[in-house]
Amino acid sequence: MPIVTYRDALNQALREEMQRDDRVFLMGEEVAVYQGAYKVSKGLLQEFGEMRVVDTPITELGFAGIGVGAAMVGLRPVIEFMTWNFALLAIDQVVNAAAKMLYMSGGQYNIPMVFRGPNGAALQLSAQHSQAFESWLAHIPGLKVVSPGNPYDAKGLLKAAIRDDNPVIMFEGEMMYNMKGEVPDEEYIIPIGKGDLKREGDHCTIVTYGKSINLALQVADAMAKDGIRLDVIDLRSIRPIDTEMIAASVRKTNRAVVLEEGWEFCGVGAQIVDYIQRDCFDELDAPVVRVHQADVPMPYARNLEKLAKPDMNKTIAAVKKVMYLP
Amino acid sequence: MATKVFMEALSPTMEEGRLVKWLKNEGDAIKNGDILAEVETDKAIMELVARGEGVLRKRLIAEGATSAVGTLIGVIATADENIDALVAGGGSAAASSPPPAAPVTPAAAAPAPSPAAPVAAAPAPSEPAGRMRSSPLARRLASERGLDLGGVHGSGPGGRIVKRDVEAAATAAPAARAAAPRAAATGADFRDVPLTQIRKTIARRLAESIGPVPTFYLTSELDMERVAEMRGAMAQLGDEYKVSFNDIVLKAVAVALHQHPECNAHWLGDAIRYWDRVHLGMAVAIDDGLITPVIFDAHLKGLRDIATESRDLAKRARDRKLKPDEYTGSTFSVSNLGMFGIDQFTAIINPPEAGILAIGGIEQKPVVIDGQIVPRRRMRVTMSCDHRVIDGALGAKFLQTLRRLIENPLMLVY
Amino acid sequence: MARKKTDAPADPGLGATDAAQRRDLLRSMLLQRRFEERCAEAYALGRIGGFCHLYIGQEACGTGIISMLRPDDYVITTYRDHGQALARGISARAVMAELFGRSDGCARGKGGSMHLFDRNTNFLGGHGIVGGHVPIGTGVGFAIKYRGGDQVIACFMGESVVNTGAFHEALNMAGLWKLPVVYIIENNRYGMGTALERASAIHDIYQRGAAYDMPRGVVDGQDVLAVRKAMGEAIHRARTESMPTLLEVRTYRFMGHSMSDAVSGTYRTKAELEEYMQRDPINVLRAHMETQGEIDDTRMAALDDEVKAEVQDAWDFAEASPEPAPESLWEDVLVETTT
Repeated sequence: MPIVTYRDALNQALREEMQRDDRVFLMGEEVAVYQGAYKVSKGLLQEFGEMRVVDTPITELGFAGIGVGAAMVGLRPVIEFMTWNFALLAIDQVVNAAAKMLYMSGGQYNIPMVFRGPNGAALQLSAQHSQAFESWLAHIPGLKVVSPGNPYDAKGLLKAAIRDDNPVIMFEGEMMYNMKGEVPDEEYIIPIGKGDLKREGDHCTIVTYGKSINLALQVADAMAKDGIRLDVIDLRSIRPIDTEMIAASVRKTNRAVVLEEGWEFCGVGAQIVDYIQRDCFDELDAPVVRVHQADVPMPYARNLEKLAKPDMNKTIAAVKKVMYLP
Repeated sequence: MATKVFMEALSPTMEEGRLVKWLKNEGDAIKNGDILAEVETDKAIMELVARGEGVLRKRLIAEGATSAVGTLIGVIATADENIDALVAGGGSAAASSPPPAAPVTPAAAAPAPSPAAPVAAAPAPSEPAGRMRSSPLARRLASERGLDLGGVHGSGPGGRIVKRDVEAAATAAPAARAAAPRAAATGADFRDVPLTQIRKTIARRLAESIGPVPTFYLTSELDMERVAEMRGAMAQLGDEYKVSFNDIVLKAVAVALHQHPECNAHWLGDAIRYWDRVHLGMAVAIDDGLITPVIFDAHLKGLRDIATESRDLAKRARDRKLKPDEYTGSTFSVSNLGMFGIDQFTAIINPPEAGILAIGGIEQKPVVIDGQIVPRRRMRVTMSCDHRVIDGALGAKFLQTLRRLIENPLMLVY
Repeated sequence: MARKKTDAPADPGLGATDAAQRRDLLRSMLLQRRFEERCAEAYALGRIGGFCHLYIGQEACGTGIISMLRPDDYVITTYRDHGQALARGISARAVMAELFGRSDGCARGKGGSMHLFDRNTNFLGGHGIVGGHVPIGTGVGFAIKYRGGDQVIACFMGESVVNTGAFHEALNMAGLWKLPVVYIIENNRYGMGTALERASAIHDIYQRGAAYDMPRGVVDGQDVLAVRKAMGEAIHRARTESMPTLLEVRTYRFMGHSMSDAVSGTYRTKAELEEYMQRDPINVLRAHMETQGEIDDTRMAALDDEVKAEVQDAWDFAEASPEPAPESLWEDVLVETTT
């Protein structure tokens, strides 16, 4: 199977969907002539022309709204935010417009579009450029939210998102664009809302998604050397969320650690813990433990940034805590 | 003006109390005399009342926590009054703060042992008192296996019983029956049950008794035929005349004691107090131990009164509804284990009393009377005597009187 | 490319009307007026809840603009949308039922006064966030151009929108990409209680279009025929040149900002209100038609009776319409994807 980077997997998804459906277009800052701030859209301008690969001014609110309007009348926009930090300028369009249109029109206007871009911290980008916003958007009924953690899922989920008739939020990661993985030549779609059990074990469940899945897998490999076998769930979709997979795993292991990049308060992990206590109360042998970013804006200094982020040690400590291990 | 709420001595012997339940929340308006909380003393669950007015601003101990008498456990003040100093300078924190959670060892430390084997974790700090903690899964597993969690040692934080503890208990239990010594050698076949207040008190006081109190025992077997006849005859008069054997024994003991004040006495360390009135303590087994409610002036009361009162006291003792003045002040005590099939036993003196009478079961036995072997109902009583107060002959005389009363029960109604 | 400005001479034929068209315009404005008078009554009786913003006094704007559109054109607007919805041809029944929160409403009772939608007439909604719908309307213009169509979109907004970032971001891209959007600023002089002069650095707000090199103009919003002419030029530019226009329509709101706002008081005087009410758009058109001999008191009374009957019918229909089924609470959050 070909080995492809996360960035190229996204590029393949865009290209294939734009070839397949001429209603699909890509819009955002630097997506066309510059070939994408992270080169996700490399070559697309040359193949599809400037009407379908559209460079915008720096005007997130404006072009997000253009996407909503185009989607209202039948196009299928893919709106790229250079980062989700900048998308805060456009949040009115995502939350008040895209997520609400179908409902407040009584079912007359659905919004088939994708908002995508890198999310979470990279390295030493400090406070304004190192934020994980998935809990913000997953909070909103009317949106679907996905967060692929490898090239295979990135391609399959972006294709699913483009074909979805609802607004779909896709959280990528700057640190993942160079990540390599197997991506088959043949067409495939990953259904939104289905998790992926990446490792099977019976001692403890780690639930996570997006970039953090790679951390969780490292933890599982490290702990396996000590005979500790972890179930590792890559949710892939945050909304809708695969509660059945979570419940089945926790019923087996009786304990769970929830790992996420974002902050603790009202985080996605808090919602997952709620599902676990609701569905698995009598199966729990320990309170669920969460691993997340420190509850501070991201600092610049290398050592402080390291302290703020979830890492292997914090995750292993959490697993040991729920297993009552010293 | 703020009012401090202290753990109060709600029984004469209480040295610490467990806060069972707060009945007021922080922020609730409080009037003088409002019930703030339920506190488990060494004897019963008592109500802690407010001694000031205002708002319950702060609750300083959690439900389930134990505090020494005199510890600051709350503050009543006006809504805007600054109580920081009061709270900060408060009570003896050591007595009321919960144990710290088990520390999490950094991951970089030694490799974890295989979870398949029981983990030799450091013993978890024991709970301050009372409530047993267990994970939901542990409770479900225990319920499925018919295992009483009360007998399971909790190895989790704060003594929480977790899955591995239930599994260890489930596998250890049959092994213990089959091969006790081996189970003991593994160290797994035991359990620690935290002491409740009442258990502590029993232990402390009985230790006091068996140590410094020089006790001797006198046993006598009494013939119960005529008591049985009288009881049967009374029962035929109607339900209101029904009395138990125990009621008759209590009445007889009271009358005998009244005739032998040398046995109805307290040891005061530097004096002996002989009582004119008989306040008879009757030991009652309750879920969590035993308590000895008192029939006051038992020597003056008729059988019917004694029957009524003893039933009432026993019921309320089991319900833990006795007031302190109902279980203090006895001059002599009686403990009856006859209903448990005990033939004879020795009871431990309840200081400062000088004696206690242990009543065994009633049993038909062949007895020689006038050269004939006849079946008779017999009952053994054993008196424990504090030799500092009661000498052997004095005790024996008391028992002679008791025998005369029991074997001629009509004397009791004289 | 040379750009036409509306202050330059334009084709006088665009927007011209005959007697029948004028009667239709009069009837449409009268329907809006009588409809909203009953809305005020229904609000007072608790039949209508929430926010309810009346259009009374401004009817010539929506009526004039929308009367120039083709059925396949689009309309997007603000929360003050009852009049435009009726002008676009959504039935009085469906609008009233929506205001009553009933299942036969044009948004199934899910949207209410501020969110009237109708796919059949390409009425893309009333929107509640000031400025938020301007990029959306621009996106519709983008889609028209993307597909190579000759439709236009009429994007209504109040004058206070011109101070939002969304307005500038959207107009910049419309100017940059030459999108077939007509931006209509209904300048009713007040953003809630704040007068234009207290909110905008320039008072001839159509001149904001200069920043985007956009054709722009201003028109008397109480004169429906003048509005039609101005819109005619803008539509022509959009259809033939795919050029946007910024059209300021000067009007006045006869009612309070919403039902909870006094008609006059803290921010405007009764005298000012009465002065503007001299130029009631219905009377302006009627006066013109009288000079042409197209209407008299008798015919006006008959028209009024006809319109009132239609509004009463809408009220009765709305009242008889069932409340939305409880299960519809969960419907329309997401749509089933079929592709």
